[in-house]
Amino acid sequence: MTDINSIIEAWVEKSSRVLDLGCGDGQVLESLIASHQVHGYGLEINSESINHCISRGLNVIEQDLNEGLGNFADNSFDSVLMTQTLQTLRFPHLALDEMLRIGRQCIVTFPNFGHWRTRGDLGFRGRMPVTKQLAYQWYDTPNIHFFTYKDFEVLCAERNINVVNRVFIGGITNDFGLDAIWPNLFAHTAVYNLSK
Amino acid sequence: MSTKSSSTVSANIGSEQSVLFRRPLQLACGTVLEEHSLTFETYGQLNDAGTNAILICHALSGDHHAAGTNKDNVVGWWDSYIGPGKPIDTDVFFVVCPNNIGSCFGSTGPASPAPATGNVWGAEFPVLEVSDWVKSQTYLMEHLLIDCWAAIIGGSLGGMQAMYWAVNYPKKLKHAVVIASSLKLSAQNIAFNEVARRAIQSDPNFHQGNFIEHQTRPTQGLALARMIGHLTYLSDHALGRKFGRLVHSGDLDSAEKELVEFEVSSYLNYQGDKFARRFDANSYILITKMLDYFDLGANFENNIKDAFKQAACKFLVISFSSDWRFSPDCSKLIVDALIAADKDVSYLEIESDQGHDAFLLPNKRYEQGLQGYLKHIAKTLFKVAV
Repeated sequence: MTDINSIIEAWVEKSSRVLDLGCGDGQVLESLIASHQVHGYGLEINSESINHCISRGLNVIEQDLNEGLGNFADNSFDSVLMTQTLQTLRFPHLALDEMLRIGRQCIVTFPNFGHWRTRGDLGFRGRMPVTKQLAYQWYDTPNIHFFTYKDFEVLCAERNINVVNRVFIGGITNDFGLDAIWPNLFAHTAVYNLSK
Repeated sequence: MSTKSSSTVSANIGSEQSVLFRRPLQLACGTVLEEHSLTFETYGQLNDAGTNAILICHALSGDHHAAGTNKDNVVGWWDSYIGPGKPIDTDVFFVVCPNNIGSCFGSTGPASPAPATGNVWGAEFPVLEVSDWVKSQTYLMEHLLIDCWAAIIGGSLGGMQAMYWAVNYPKKLKHAVVIASSLKLSAQNIAFNEVARRAIQSDPNFHQGNFIEHQTRPTQGLALARMIGHLTYLSDHALGRKFGRLVHSGDLDSAEKELVEFEVSSYLNYQGDKFARRFDANSYILITKMLDYFDLGANFENNIKDAFKQAACKFLVISFSSDWRFSPDCSKLIVDALIAADKDVSYLEIESDQGHDAFLLPNKRYEQGLQGYLKHIAKTLFKVAV
C-alpha cells in the first residue's frame, strides 16, 4: 500500500531545509531525517505531541498555525509540508499562500471528502462520516472544513497555485487501481506537490 | 557525592565550595581583576569522560545554592528542577552552579576588599557585563576539568549567559536551554530597573554606594527596589488569585480604616525586607545594569541571525504565557533567529499565570519538556539508558 511518507520522500531533496506545519509526534520529520538527512523543524500546538518530538530529539516549535506564519522569511525553506492538517485551519487558503511564500515547494495532504465511504455515510445513512481519516464526531472535531480533491484543485486554479504532482491513496481499492481511475470516489487521501 | 534515586529527595547537600583564581580577568569595561573568587555548589558526579556536566546560570538575585537544603536549612532556588529524578537529574548529570562575580554570596563583588586599598570595593567595583560572568565561568570550567558542557541552562539573565556562551564559546557546549529570556531588554524593562536603582540611591543610608564604610545599609531603598521588581515578576491574575482583597490586619468595617493592611501589602513588604537583609545594594545596581547593557546582536551589527550562526550547539527555548517582563514575544525572536541561522531549536510556550517567576516554580508541562529534552541529551551524549 502506498503510504504518505514514501510519496513525500520522493519529492523532498536530500539535505534540504524542511518545515512541517502541524508535525504531530514528528513521525514524518523523523523519517525524512533518516532517509534524506534533511534539516527540519516542526510546528505543533498539541502539548503531548510536542513532548514526543522533544523526547525524540526533533526540532519542534510551539506555534499556532491559525495565528499566521509571518515570522518565517520568504523562500526560507526548500519544502514546506502539511500532512492531514489543512482541514483543521481557520483559513486554509491563506495558509496555502503562506506556505508558498515560505517554501520553494509545498507538499500538502488532506482527507478527500469525496471518498465513497464518506459519500455513503452522508448520502445513504444521512450521517456525518466518521472514518479512519476523519475519526471524530461532528460536535468534537478539529476538522472544520470538508472538501474533495476537486474542490482543492479549483482553489489552486483560482489562486494561481501550480500543481506539480499529485498522488491519491485509496486503501484496499488501490490494489485494483481504482483510485487512479476515479480518485474522487476511491481516494481517501490526496497528496499534492505545489509550487508558485 | 552520593545521590539517592527518588523524585522526592533533594540533591545532596553540603557541597558549597570556593575557588580563588589568581589569574587576571580582563573585564569588558577595561578593568582587570587580578584575582577573583567564585563560590559554587555541585550536585551529582562527573563521569569519566567528562561529558555529563551541566552549568546552571543564575539570574539577578540568584546564588550558587540552586538545589537541596543547605546548612542554614535553606532550600535551593531551583530545587523543583534539580535533584535525583528531577528534570535536571543529578543521578545522571554533574550539575554546577556558581554565584557570579559582582553578586554577594561569597564570590568577588562590591562587598569584597579591593586589592589596591584593602577596603571594600563598594561603589568602585567595576561595571560588569554578561560577557564577564561567562568569562569567569570558563575559569571555573577549567578548574573542574570540564572540556565541554553537556548543557548550559538559565532563566532570565541566566538565559542571556547561555546564549552568550553559545555564540562566543561554540565549542564549549552541546546544548543551551534559554528560559524566560531575551536578546536584549525592552525600554520598559530598562525603565523598571532604573526605578529600582533610583529607589536604592535615594536611601540616605546609600552614601553613594559606600555604605559599608559608613557602617550602615540602605535597606529601605533596597526593599523598595525589590518590591517593585517582585511585583513586575508576577501577573495581575496570580496576585489576585493568591491575595485578592484579603485583609492581613485591621478591619475594613471599622472607623479606623487607616490601620488596615491588605495581605498583598504585608506580603510585598515582607518580601522586600527579607531581600534587603540578604542582598547587597551595590550588587543590585551592578546586576540590573548588566541586564540593561546586554545585547546579543551588538557585535554583529544587530543581526541576530549572524550572531547565532556562530553557535554550534542545539537550543531549547521556553517562555511563559503571563510573563510580561520577558514575554513569549521576546523568546520567539530568539527562536526565529535560530531557525533563520539554520540551528537546531525547540520552543515551548508554557501556559502559566505566574508571570516571570514561573520559570522558578513547579509546572507539569515545563517539567516534562525540560525532562524530555535532557533525557534525550543523556541518551545521545553519553548513552544513558532512560
